[in-house]
Amino acid sequence: MGSKRQFRIWRGDETGGDLQDYAVEVNEGEVVLDVIHRLQATEAPDLACRWNCKAGKCGSCSMEINGKPRLGCMTRMSTFEEAETVTVTPLRTFPVIRDLVTDVSFNYEKARETPAFAPPADVAPGDYRMQQVDVERSQEFRKCIECFLCQNVCHVIRDHDENKPAFSGPRFFIRASELDMHPLDTRTDRKEYAQSEMGLGFCNITKCCTEVCPEHIKITDNGIIPMKERVVDRRYDPLVWLGNKIFRRGQVPQTSATSGHSSGAVTTGAAHRGVHSHAGGSHDSGAERQAQQGVNWQREVPHPTAPAVDANGRLPLTELTFDRAAAPSPFGDDVEFPLPAEHLNFAHPQQDEPKH
Amino acid sequence: MTETRIERHHYDVVVIGAGGAGLRAAIEARLAGKKTAIISKSLFGKAHTVMAEGGAAAAMGNVNSRDNWQVHFRDTMRGGKFLNNFRMAELHAKESPQRIWELETYGALFDRTKDGKISQRNFGGHEYPRLAHVGDRTGLELIRTLQQKIVSLQQEDKREFGSYDARIRVFSETTITELLLDGDRVAGAFGYYRESGEFILFEAPAVVLATGGVGRSYKVTSNSWEYTGDGHALALRAGATLINMEFLQFHPTGMVWPPSVKGILVTESVRGDGGVLKNSDGKRFMFDYVPDVFRKQYAETEDEADRWYTDPDNNRRPPELLPRDEVARAINSEVKAGRGTPAGGVYLDIASRKSAEEIQRRLPSMYHQFKELADVDITKEPMEVGPTCHYVMGGVEVDPDSGAAAGTVRGLFAAGEVSGGMHGSNRLGGNSLSDLLVFGKRAGGHAATYADQLTARPAVSVAAVEAAVETALAPLQRDTGESPYQLQQDLQVVMGDLVGIIRREGELADALGRLAELRERVAKVSAVGGRRYNPGWHLALDLRNMLVVSECTAKAALERQESRGGHTREDYPAMDPKWRRVNLVCSLDGDAVRLTHKPLPAMRPELIGLFDRAELSKYLTDEELAEFDARTEEER
Ligand SMILES: Cc1cc2nc3c(=O)[nH]c(=O)nc-3n(C[C@H](O)[C@H](O)[C@H](O)COP(=O)(O)OP(=O)(O)OC[C@H]3O[C@@H](n4cnc5c(N)ncnc54)[C@H](O)[C@@H]3O)c2cc1C
Ligand code: SF4
Ligand code: SF4
Ligand code: FES
Repeated sequence: MGSKRQFRIWRGDETGGDLQDYAVEVNEGEVVLDVIHRLQATEAPDLACRWNCKAGKCGSCSMEINGKPRLGCMTRMSTFEEAETVTVTPLRTFPVIRDLVTDVSFNYEKARETPAFAPPADVAPGDYRMQQVDVERSQEFRKCIECFLCQNVCHVIRDHDENKPAFSGPRFFIRASELDMHPLDTRTDRKEYAQSEMGLGFCNITKCCTEVCPEHIKITDNGIIPMKERVVDRRYDPLVWLGNKIFRRGQVPQTSATSGHSSGAVTTGAAHRGVHSHAGGSHDSGAERQAQQGVNWQREVPHPTAPAVDANGRLPLTELTFDRAAAPSPFGDDVEFPLPAEHLNFAHPQQDEPKH
Repeated sequence: MTETRIERHHYDVVVIGAGGAGLRAAIEARLAGKKTAIISKSLFGKAHTVMAEGGAAAAMGNVNSRDNWQVHFRDTMRGGKFLNNFRMAELHAKESPQRIWELETYGALFDRTKDGKISQRNFGGHEYPRLAHVGDRTGLELIRTLQQKIVSLQQEDKREFGSYDARIRVFSETTITELLLDGDRVAGAFGYYRESGEFILFEAPAVVLATGGVGRSYKVTSNSWEYTGDGHALALRAGATLINMEFLQFHPTGMVWPPSVKGILVTESVRGDGGVLKNSDGKRFMFDYVPDVFRKQYAETEDEADRWYTDPDNNRRPPELLPRDEVARAINSEVKAGRGTPAGGVYLDIASRKSAEEIQRRLPSMYHQFKELADVDITKEPMEVGPTCHYVMGGVEVDPDSGAAAGTVRGLFAAGEVSGGMHGSNRLGGNSLSDLLVFGKRAGGHAATYADQLTARPAVSVAAVEAAVETALAPLQRDTGESPYQLQQDLQVVMGDLVGIIRREGELADALGRLAELRERVAKVSAVGGRRYNPGWHLALDLRNMLVVSECTAKAALERQESRGGHTREDYPAMDPKWRRVNLVCSLDGDAVRLTHKPLPAMRPELIGLFDRAELSKYLTDEELAEFDARTEEER
């Protein structure tokens, strides 16, 4: 009943490793994780791989299958051609421990930094009253199984280790969003906190995270974008960080913060003292003229530069499917540094101050 | 082994297990001001509790105001066929509402009723809608909420002491292989980091076991690799006792097709929401399997059963909602009679009974799971289901109020699936999640008190640590033995075929013989590779735990000559009131499992008074009934 199928699995540890070929028996109805278990029981007893539930509920078995971040237990073998070689590699954004197991502690650190639920002081246990419609919005985000596929796929940290300290990632943006929408949470600065301390501004809405989420959580449309929209009302958003990145290399991003829980990011005072800049790669000359005249708060915001996408409008995720070595630059592959001065869309922090 | 590095830590309370029970215990110990460690074999937030679907039972009375703790207590005792530790069932019924409400203050978001309270759903064996739920991912909500509560405590500690880990720390992907004693007192726990293979030693006067169950010893199981009975075995080796090990729950409806997902559960709420079981002839067969004890509560015709979904007060419930052992046995009989599906199960049909939209809304993750895993659209076709090893009722014998382990050891506590007694011979769906919270809190609190009362900290002996290191490294140093995977498979075959859902004397005796052979082979197991994240090595170390726990189950199953709850003997098909008065207690005598009989504690009069005599007469001996009659006579 079964047939032999070709697999290439990455074996190794932090010192290096390579793809190894295996020919494995595959039966009808099996998933990739079954194949890995078969390998463990036969040829490769020490092949390291995480799993728990085998039902898409625990989020342990995250891996990259033919370059796509997937849950091994939810990837049916029938989705591949009979003759196709299936390549399995560890998550790339996190350091490898061994074989398919990576060090995902980054995510637990970020979880720990995200301020917890703040219960109302005057409501006794048992007296909580909420309407179904009101809890449903947060419930969508609480479906998260913490597989960290969205974290893995986000180009802000994929291949950009240096961004990790200041960026919490999509998983924790929806945590902030969930608490923001929680009917009884008493903290009112969830969005601002996301912006100032979690690096929400890094996100340029490529939606890759939403695309890989096995729980089909609309991370961007229902979580990130609504927060961005509302936080922008009060503070100037698009890629404040990018300006920092370009003009103050090596420094932590500076935005105005609202809370005292400063972790990585530095807190500055009022907004106008921060650095206001717009997407570096923008070639909109109107924007440049405006920039020269100082910041006009009402003007249309130039679009952030998106990284290059493939024919399907998706971001190529790994070198396995990408035509270049390493992943695409978050600035867009057509952008070269340093940027020509005339293309900069930069307002000097002091320009608003009266000239003497 | 001259140079073995061992990392040492000192804690007041060490909690082994990061499921619902472990996390709740740790929260309580930390709230009592104790320095607490949480240890887990997998990553934080991935424990088995995450997989629970249906809900958490608590008599809050939000949906039917007639519900209260007495009714819940009665249902629990009935479900467990009166073998439960009555005190545990009582505490559980009384305290679970508070434990659920408390979760809301930690940030949990349960589904709501129209008036904004926590919604409650019907579930097998519960008289009223009682299960607090979040769609069909209640376990995820529970564990995430507790996980986030721990984070919030860590944030408090960070503000106060400058470090998140000041008073509560999580050691994930760390396996405990041995408990260390100082005389009869717990002194610590020894284990290894799975990631690096490095050893770690916790010195602590109090240890809470919350390691979950044993299902990995079975071929078809809903349980993950973690369920190797570690806590059961650790307790035994430390001198504690296990009770009720013969009682295993086979969930009636695990997926049997396609093969890769064999064993994965189809939540009971599919039946609670109107799903029915049919055999290959298309017959709704459960009506043929209503036992006498339940006749009064269950419908006799399809019409009456169908009316119950909308008008539960005036109709009896559909037989699909019988306790799960009855359902499992019924399915088993249908399949054996040749009326099963090609894959050896029966059909569970909700497609023909509810609109596609309603199914997707009420059972989103079920829908999702079948669609993605099996390419089956449950809104269009029936599912193929059959019995699956799911839950072990047996576990560490504990003091009902404090969770302290019985036997010769002090300073050891147990809560959750690893403890025994609460569920008697059969657990009701939904009672586990609330059990975790109620007894997790109690065990954590009492462990803290115990640590406070000690005048001197017990000391870990160097020899014991050396022995533990040696045992742990042995499989890596042998290259002559068998592969751990092969041994696990053989063990699963023995348990699945001979100590499965329907048991016979000859087969059980045979099983004991084979387990003895396996014991010798397991003692010589060898693992290839190094210490770094080596699953073969990990399994080799888990095997001895699986083996000793399997021996307990087989021995107790052979001894108990009756059928009750999760223990069905073909040669003794009926319940025997005399056996109801007996708990089978397992302990270790050197290496060998010793089995003793112990009388069940007698229920307090006001509790037994909650049942009517006709019902009691099915469970109690004549002697006990006479006592009951005498008492009611007196009261008049
Ligand atoms: C598919 C499924 C569905 C279920 N549905 C329901 C339901 O709807 N309602 C309900 O009430 N119950 C349900 N149950 C039962 C319930 O989920 C479990 O009984 C319960 O979650 C057990 O919780 P626990 O805290 O005891 O242990 P677990 O959550 O299993 O946690 C055990 C912990 O112990 C750790 N551990 C084990 N051994 C070691 C060791 N040697 N060293 C260190 N750590 C160790 C593990 O890593 C893990 O963190 C379901 C169970 C399953 C499998
Ligand atoms: S939308 Fe893109 S940039 Fe934003 S969090 Fe998701 S993956 Fe990262
Ligand atoms: S949001 Fe989705 S992709 Fe991200 S961790 Fe949660 S479940 Fe995984
Ligand atoms: S094993 Fe749990 S999600 Fe795959």
